[in-house]
Amino acid sequence: MKNSLLIRKTRIIDPSSRTDMIGDILILNNEIAEIRKEIRESEIPIDCAVVEGEGLIACPGFIDLHCHLREPGYEDKETILTGSQAAAKGGFTTICCMPNTNPPIDNAAMVHFIKGKSIEANLVRVLPIGCVSKGRAGLELAEMWEMAEAGVIGFSDDGNPVGNPNLMRQALSYAKMLNVPIIDHCEEQTLTKNAVVNEGAVSNRLGLKGWPNEAEESMVARDIALAELTGGKLHLAHITTAYSVELVAAAKKRGVQVTAETTPHHMTLTENWVLGHKHSKESIQFLGPDAYNPTTKVNPPLRTEQDRQALVNGIREGIIDAIATDHAPQTFMGKVDTYTSAEWGISGLETALSSLLGLVHKGELDLMTLVTRLTTGPISILGTSYEEIGSLRKGTTADIVLFDPDRKWVVKAGEFASKGKHSPLEGIELRGKLVLSIVAGKPIYSSIDKIKIEVEEKMNE
Amino acid sequence: MLHSQKEMSENKPGFLTGTRNHVLDLDDFSLEELDLLFTTTDEMHTVLNQDKKKLAVLQGKIIVTLFCEPSTRTRLSFEEAGKILGADVINISSQGSSVEKGESLLNTMLTIQATGADIIIIRHPHSGAPHFIARHLNSSKVINAGDGLHAHPTQALSDLYTMKSHLGHLANRKVVIVGDILHSRVARSNLWGLLLIGARVVLCGPPTLLPKEFLRGDHRKNGHHLAKIEVEMNLDKAIEGAAAIMALRLQTERQDDGFLPSLREYSKMYAITPERLKTAQTRAILMHPGPMNEGVEISPDVAHGPQSVIEEQVNNSVAIRMSLLKLLLNPTGKIQ
Repeated sequence: MKNSLLIRKTRIIDPSSRTDMIGDILILNNEIAEIRKEIRESEIPIDCAVVEGEGLIACPGFIDLHCHLREPGYEDKETILTGSQAAAKGGFTTICCMPNTNPPIDNAAMVHFIKGKSIEANLVRVLPIGCVSKGRAGLELAEMWEMAEAGVIGFSDDGNPVGNPNLMRQALSYAKMLNVPIIDHCEEQTLTKNAVVNEGAVSNRLGLKGWPNEAEESMVARDIALAELTGGKLHLAHITTAYSVELVAAAKKRGVQVTAETTPHHMTLTENWVLGHKHSKESIQFLGPDAYNPTTKVNPPLRTEQDRQALVNGIREGIIDAIATDHAPQTFMGKVDTYTSAEWGISGLETALSSLLGLVHKGELDLMTLVTRLTTGPISILGTSYEEIGSLRKGTTADIVLFDPDRKWVVKAGEFASKGKHSPLEGIELRGKLVLSIVAGKPIYSSIDKIKIEVEEKMNE
Repeated sequence: MLHSQKEMSENKPGFLTGTRNHVLDLDDFSLEELDLLFTTTDEMHTVLNQDKKKLAVLQGKIIVTLFCEPSTRTRLSFEEAGKILGADVINISSQGSSVEKGESLLNTMLTIQATGADIIIIRHPHSGAPHFIARHLNSSKVINAGDGLHAHPTQALSDLYTMKSHLGHLANRKVVIVGDILHSRVARSNLWGLLLIGARVVLCGPPTLLPKEFLRGDHRKNGHHLAKIEVEMNLDKAIEGAAAIMALRLQTERQDDGFLPSLREYSKMYAITPERLKTAQTRAILMHPGPMNEGVEISPDVAHGPQSVIEEQVNNSVAIRMSLLKLLLNPTGKIQ
């Protein structure tokens, strides 16, 4: 039977039902028809495609709250199609795209454009985020109600913070009525003028302008106060410092409606990578051959080992709700330049899972927690209407990913599906790789030959 | 490309083992390399004192300088150094070149390499620009003539040479660097050299012009390569008993950028004056990498006084650059 797929004897991790077991998953049409220890032969349709899942892990498709698809305006960096392909390859079956396009997504017509393009791409679910302010200029509120009606899941001027505290207050207040979060990129820009790396030993060593932790933390504190004032939902984009984690923890304890995300790169890399070091134990006295390589240039910058540990701890304890890639693809030449001139961002969709699995292998994180922060964590921010796509319960939409936690591979950014063919992990061996992504029962990416052909056929339909 | 810790521990200077291709900073210099460089510089001084200042040791070599920032002394001394050694020196500045048309730095560099340049000397406003270039070039060697806030190794070498020639040894002797440490590539490069030869280094300036790492003392922990660096915000205390004082240029924009209340106040607190100089060692030397703001960071009477070695620094910088070019391009060749 066409449109049926059986994943057999796989380890199933489903945070929505706290499931961690070996079992079978049967997908019929676009739903999870059955999921249990063993599905009998008689229940399996004739011609059902079968994936042997031994040694693999199946879980709900990952949800990325924060990525940049660059379309419209910067199609040389990424398009909704190529970004969706990268997401499929990385195991993200739902992605939320930031509105810092050109023109920006600051009105309902633009929201419809994004949705139209994502239907054309016909791969992953693309959920647009609208601007907080018209033209992302930080002066007047954008038409938030109309964008919410058109289907945005939140508002953000990402790339820029909402600098003006009064505008932030109004935005939180207005968004409360719409029951969606304001997603703020916390950066007090008067503290980060010309800054390109974390302020501290590395900025001093390299003579690069430093971006202090406090530029983030002061705005996190401000936003929390304003969220408390308005009762609005605040979601903090890519928090990167130990004190930010503490601020979020304290705010949650007070009952403020605040959630937070951090990124795979801030959880796995440190500022020492800017020195060309690939291990944290090397002395900062010496530079590696990759010193000043702008593949590490990202906003907010890579932080210290203490901050990194605090973020992993925040993820472990649930203070940080979600892991989001902040996938920010750039052109090849945009990253071949001096550190100061080069573009910002890490092309992260295709390495996120594998680098995060590195934390599991090192014992810093357990698998259930990791999958939680990539599925039900983001869902808690998107809202209950999205619950189905973050679950493997019987009868729900089949958004599923399957990965091999042990398969080793070497990162070659030139082979990314994303147009952002750059990565700080270039040439690094990672352990753990995605093998299959399924959206609504339909395989959209697979490295298994049998399924691959099926995927290709579907693509060519 | 860049020297690893292991290579550095070998005794032979990198110039002679073929392991030194570039001079990007002093962070990868060994004492042996420094010694060889300084003895060669002594020889170069003999050449500079000759009537006819012309050698053939670099005949047939092409040296290209690319300056993307204004410069008088660095550019002039590199050009002079190359020409005295017999090389052909071609100067390019960002103004009037394809850099102005928006050509990328990488493409400009690949073009220069393709014309057959043996060595490219670059000054660039961005820290790490020479490292970026060195990573992408495969035949031309690179000398950093000043990159952003990061490094100015040839200036630091000539400062070290100047100090050594006046003071003999520098081990445990107090060297004070005064001024805008935060934005100073000269200070950053000098730190490497001064630590290598065992000097006691004191950095002095207002807190707004000191890196956070130094201000908070984060560097003073075991295993940090800068752990011995001292920080003293009070110039009168810093200068006491110093063997050498290096005043840094204060860019007048710092006041507008909010780093300082006024140049007037800065000058009162941090200018090197005759009174202050008296508290240093009797034969202490006064240095400045130039260009000077006389009356701001240094008073004219000391800038041109008997303890000033500022003009000598410039003269030494020609000899140092001659010896660097020679050691990079023809390390075993006879000078005369």
